[in-house]
Amino acid sequence: MISRRAFAAYLAGGAAVASALLLPGWWQISGPGAAPPLPRLPLPLGEMSFSMQDHTGAEVSPQGLVGKPSLVFFGYTFCPDVCPTTLSDISTWLSGLGADAARLNAVFITVDPGRDTLPAMAQYMQHFHPAISGWRGSLAETDKAVAGFRASYTLGEGAEGEGADYAVEHTSSVFLFKADGRLAALIDLHEDRAQAVAKIQRVLQR
Amino acid sequence: MKHIPFALALFAAFPAPLAADQQNIIAEQVWSRASMGENRPGVAYMELHNTGSGTRTLTGVETGRAAMAQIHQTSTSASGVSQMAPAGDIDILPGTRIALEPGGLHIMLMQLDRPLAEGEYYHLTLIFKNGDNVEIRVPVLAASARGPGQ
Repeated sequence: MISRRAFAAYLAGGAAVASALLLPGWWQISGPGAAPPLPRLPLPLGEMSFSMQDHTGAEVSPQGLVGKPSLVFFGYTFCPDVCPTTLSDISTWLSGLGADAARLNAVFITVDPGRDTLPAMAQYMQHFHPAISGWRGSLAETDKAVAGFRASYTLGEGAEGEGADYAVEHTSSVFLFKADGRLAALIDLHEDRAQAVAKIQRVLQR
Repeated sequence: MKHIPFALALFAAFPAPLAADQQNIIAEQVWSRASMGENRPGVAYMELHNTGSGTRTLTGVETGRAAMAQIHQTSTSASGVSQMAPAGDIDILPGTRIALEPGGLHIMLMQLDRPLAEGEYYHLTLIFKNGDNVEIRVPVLAASARGPGQ
């Protein structure tokens, strides 16, 4: 028989243990120690729905990427800083992969189809690794693509004007998808080159 | 004995600190990317080293090549969205350097007179609060360049 006093002691002890276990959990999950909410992950490529043209004028779709691992990122050709940096980064990753680069899709999708006409895309893509494809769609298709990737973009002030000088805020991470079309990793601006190449190689080895 | 030639070399290479407060900003690793087409903006990057004894405040930039030149800061949010905004005045404390580099601070050249062509040079004036402006010569590298000498 457990005496009433012993039972109360058990109860109190149990409560203390429970709060000792729960408190750090609360602190980390919903308390002040919580990490910022993770951005929502993109849909698998095969479940996205949009159609665009690449910089050579060919019709392209996200389903067409399934079967090979893919690197995809958003930008615009009037972007002076982030986009050429990212395109150059991807160019060096592809060069670093050598012959393996052919086992990968690399796609740059413009979020500024108003200024980024197909000829503009064709001219721009010449400056980077020839394996990178530049995609452009109507505004509606661009919005569908951005939604599928759970990405975002906002045209800056002055975007309504003729030949305007405006900037575009946009998701700048590079999305790395597995051959089955599911997300493998994100590669962020400023990420170390060796680390980026290692992430790509892991996906190629699967 | 070995140290004397080194000291002399240093003296020859960095006479600037001796010249009172004149030109105590040294611009290094200066480069610019070739720009494409008629109205895409250009960009310039560099490191600015304050070798003087007082804080210098960079308030703007000017070049004959662009109707509008501004110092911008790229920032990236926790959700991975990058944006650019004017950087405002930039203090460079004595003995420190600031880097204008891809994905961070950069000089944005809008309304260029003509595209920046790989292999050419242009002049840029760094405007400081004390009126002691610094003229620099900027080499234009390839559109795909990632840093000085690349």
